[in-house]
Amino acid sequence: MDYHSPASFAEASALAANATGITRFLAGGTDVLVQLRSDLVTPDTLIDIKKINGVSDITRNADGSWSLGVAVTGAEMSEHPELGRDWPGVVEAMDLIGSTQVQGRATLTGNLCNGSPAADSVPAMVAAGVTVTVTGQDGTREVAVEDIPTGPGKTSLAKGEVVSAINIPARGNNGGDAYLRFIPRTEMDIAVVGVGVSLRLNGDTVTEARVSLGAVAPTVLLVEDCAQAVIGTTLDDAALDALGAAASAACNPIDDKRGTIAFRTEVAGVLAKRAAKIAYARAKGEDV
Amino acid sequence: MSKLHVSTTVNGDPVEYLCDPRETLLDCLRDKLNLTGAKEGCGTGDCGACSVTVDGRLVCSCLMLGVEAEGKEIETVEGIADGDVLHPLQKKMIEYAALQCGICTPGILVAAKSLLEKNPNPTEEETRYWLAGNLCRCTGYDKIIRAVMDTAAEMREAS
Ligand SMILES: Cc1cc2nc3c(=O)[nH]c(=O)nc-3n(C[C@H](O)[C@H](O)[C@H](O)COP(=O)(O)OP(=O)(O)OC[C@H]3O[C@@H](n4cnc5c(N)ncnc54)[C@H](O)[C@@H]3O)c2cc1C
Ligand code: FES
Ligand code: FES
Repeated sequence: MDYHSPASFAEASALAANATGITRFLAGGTDVLVQLRSDLVTPDTLIDIKKINGVSDITRNADGSWSLGVAVTGAEMSEHPELGRDWPGVVEAMDLIGSTQVQGRATLTGNLCNGSPAADSVPAMVAAGVTVTVTGQDGTREVAVEDIPTGPGKTSLAKGEVVSAINIPARGNNGGDAYLRFIPRTEMDIAVVGVGVSLRLNGDTVTEARVSLGAVAPTVLLVEDCAQAVIGTTLDDAALDALGAAASAACNPIDDKRGTIAFRTEVAGVLAKRAAKIAYARAKGEDV
Repeated sequence: MSKLHVSTTVNGDPVEYLCDPRETLLDCLRDKLNLTGAKEGCGTGDCGACSVTVDGRLVCSCLMLGVEAEGKEIETVEGIADGDVLHPLQKKMIEYAALQCGICTPGILVAAKSLLEKNPNPTEEETRYWLAGNLCRCTGYDKIIRAVMDTAAEMREAS
């Protein structure tokens, strides 16, 4: 295994483009090292992106949007005084990952690029409309988070492409987001179902919605039918029921010891309703 | 592949070692620096027995490569006592008999010290969540939590 710590994303991209065999980028390493230690994946080339300038920065741009460096950890997100006020759902989703120790290292980028359908931060990022900047040999492109995973452990990133920034949109007025997951324990477990919801209101009426489901299909889903179920409503019981039904209908889950198909499908509906209520309350300025 | 040279600081002392890029920080601490306090319980980030701090941040040393320690400040359980004088947390762990086999203890001490530095007055719930990544197969956790809470109270009074 060759270890590199390039000083720029262009250099990281060139190293990956010219590498043979298995290549991995090293952000927090909480997936890479586990896979290495369990002899699942031993990279031939490991490219540590943490020595690149600015990768630990959390920046609020003039238009209210946020730029996060690709090595920003969960702990740094939770400790940030303002990020969680704008995007509590994104921050709470990241904060659910692992223990205090794992939080000290794990990143949004690694969670996304590892390609797990159960990755906790991904539905929250999809709901929030987050994009990533991807640097390749031919320059950079901006890609929606929902377009990165293509299947368990697989992404749409081409050889030589590296995620170089996380872009979170401006929260704007009367908006709120939330993330909920179901796990069999209270800590340190993998989502059986995860739901991210982001809403915007005009008065009491929902005008914009994005709903994303995790762990119920080969990739995290952005479910348009869920959004349509709540847009134009005041999130009354009928709208919530329609939302729950749309979430359940979108599920195409696996059956395993941690959750049967029937269970995951039902829970997706329940959590979608609960997450929507929290997002709605937050959009109203309530502290929940 | 040739070995890589790493210069880092452990418990305040500058140290150097040569390591294979696949070796973890835990391997390097134990096998190259003879700091065997941090234990390998699982090697996959689940048990916390390998806990250390890196630039003040609590991490699992089994989930970090030895080469990543270049230029960092590492603190391990060996740095907690002041010479022969035990840290209040160490004294309380003994007083409460908060250990049996002791495998988890170094990790618990490092993690609990890190908690108290960040939050000198944690609730029991905060303490339990903070230590959720430190598994103990022997004590049932209660004595550990009580030892940490009592240390926090004592340290608040002393300061
Ligand atoms: C004990 C434990 C508990 C966990 N609990 C959870 C949990 O509850 N929920 C959850 O979702 N996950 C969990 N995880 C998994 C893991 O912590 C997360 O997926 C984490 O966010 C990964 O981030 P990282 O920075 O450590 O990624 P890394 O391990 O550094 O990288 C992961 C993948 O992303 C790729 N990558 C990294 N950076 C880039 C980049 N800039 N461009 C392109 N590709 C890149 C790497 O090549 C690799 O394939 C847990 C892990 C452990 C060890
Ligand atoms: S040995 Fe590192 S967490 Fe178990
Ligand atoms: S005392 Fe044995 S594992 Fe904790």
